[in-house]
Amino acid sequence: MSLSIEDVNKVARLARLAMTPEEAQAAQAQLSNIFGLIAEMQAVDTSGIEPMSHAQDVTQRLREDKVTEHNQRELFQSVAPQVERGLYLVPQVIE
Amino acid sequence: MLNASIKQLSAALAAKQISSVELTQLYLDRINALNPDLNAYITVNPDISLAQARAADERITAGKADALTGIPIAQKDIFCAKGWRTTCGSKMLHNFVSPYDAHVISQFNNAGAVNLGKTNMDEFAMGSSNETSHFGSVKNPWNRNAVPGGSSGGTAAAVAARLCAAATGTDTGGSIRQPAALCGISGLKPTYGVVSRYGMIAFASSLDQAGPMARSAEDLALLLNTMAGFDERDSTCLQRDKEDYARDLNKPLNGLRIGLPKEFFAEGLSGDVGAAVATAIAEYKKLGATVVDISLPNSRLSIPVYYVLAPAEASSNLSRFDGVRYGYRAPEYTDLADMYEKSRAQGFGAEVKRRIMIGTYVLSHGYYDAYYLQAQKIRRLIAQDFVEAFKQCDVIMGPTSPTTAFNLGEKGDDPVQMYLSDIYTIAVNLAGLPGMSVPCGFGANDMPVGLQIIGNYFNEAQMLNVAHQYQLATDWHNRAPQNIGL
Repeated sequence: MSLSIEDVNKVARLARLAMTPEEAQAAQAQLSNIFGLIAEMQAVDTSGIEPMSHAQDVTQRLREDKVTEHNQRELFQSVAPQVERGLYLVPQVIE
Repeated sequence: MLNASIKQLSAALAAKQISSVELTQLYLDRINALNPDLNAYITVNPDISLAQARAADERITAGKADALTGIPIAQKDIFCAKGWRTTCGSKMLHNFVSPYDAHVISQFNNAGAVNLGKTNMDEFAMGSSNETSHFGSVKNPWNRNAVPGGSSGGTAAAVAARLCAAATGTDTGGSIRQPAALCGISGLKPTYGVVSRYGMIAFASSLDQAGPMARSAEDLALLLNTMAGFDERDSTCLQRDKEDYARDLNKPLNGLRIGLPKEFFAEGLSGDVGAAVATAIAEYKKLGATVVDISLPNSRLSIPVYYVLAPAEASSNLSRFDGVRYGYRAPEYTDLADMYEKSRAQGFGAEVKRRIMIGTYVLSHGYYDAYYLQAQKIRRLIAQDFVEAFKQCDVIMGPTSPTTAFNLGEKGDDPVQMYLSDIYTIAVNLAGLPGMSVPCGFGANDMPVGLQIIGNYFNEAQMLNVAHQYQLATDWHNRAPQNIGL
């Protein structure tokens, strides 16, 4: 199947990936190619088949509602691009 | 020392014929000499490695050594290791020093193994040739113009070139088995859920699995013993009784039924690879096995299904890389959205962005049912094929890769060409089954060929037995590349 440039731009926006018009053109061709590869599976009749995400029959394990982690903010923020007074700094969001 | 098994190295360490410090230094010197060309390692920290080696030597002297104490092991740069730069082969994490240890890393640390360094890999584990790494391609030690395979290409090259005693890799669509095949070493992907993924940077959560890569099945078993085990921090990790994966290594193979799927010996398989695999099957018959023809009819859909599911899961997993809490942040941006978009566009490589785009598309409004859900359903059909097949055989065998190692740059422009390299390995990840590759000969241009062994769920011990008996009767796994200073 073929993707339109609008599809490419919309997906780039959703994925938070900046893209120049040239890059979008190149992406359109390559992605359309990859979708050609995927097309084969769409025609398969899967009525009555349950989707599979884990090979074993398991459900999400639950645990007691107790605090088990301890605060390691300083350690974890030591790898952040911009931090001040324990806060991650980002461009202003709200005027 | 460089061709010794882990068991032999352990004995030598215990007998004080060599110390862990000397062994570690030996490998560090070799990495110094050979890595500038091979590019198998991204990060080496001699001080940390030698400190671990000293601690291991003390533990050995005190008589408290385990199977891996003092053994220098390389770690794929996908495992977060506290105090170590952990890059996942990406510019996005080029300066990320991990504040914590992955479960796998903790296991090796507790065992007293020495962390020799972080090996190169395709960026975020997306690739089959180790050519998408931000830190440059890895060269196949058997032919410096050829790829080592991927995504665990750095690990495979390091093991083949004797730049470590053994190492770890990860496998989402074949990323342990295929580079093992292309580099003439042994590698195993366990049953999904056997090894904890905590601290292992996620690509496709329902497919990713860590596993050992080494020069023999015997060594793989020892590594797997250390890597496997329940960890409550990975909700997909399974709680099972502890196993000794080396327990069945010496069982004779009489009566073993080997299934050969006709789909793995059809069009697309290179003649030289087919011939080497056929020779291996003949060897297994001499060892007492019988061969059963089987079929995996839905395996032909493996690649399209994988290239919907894996990118979808990747797009979700990689959404955490936004330049806020860790990783690359663009030097210039206007507002928050621009910061996200530029950080991600600049921090990720082309293949990663391609897969994020595919994943985002197939999960987006209006397309989820037609693509993602459909793929999850076909996944069950693929898994069911294996369940049926295992009623007639004990293990399934075939080629790991359709060809021997291709040249660097050969599959350049067309991603789809690269995707087809995984044709025999992907179905195993989709089904969650264990799979391994062992060397079984050489093909065109004297490049290694790998035999894939697929087992039923939790049958790693039998698979290792099947591989080990073959390695007692043959010597492909003992061959070494030339020009590695041996």
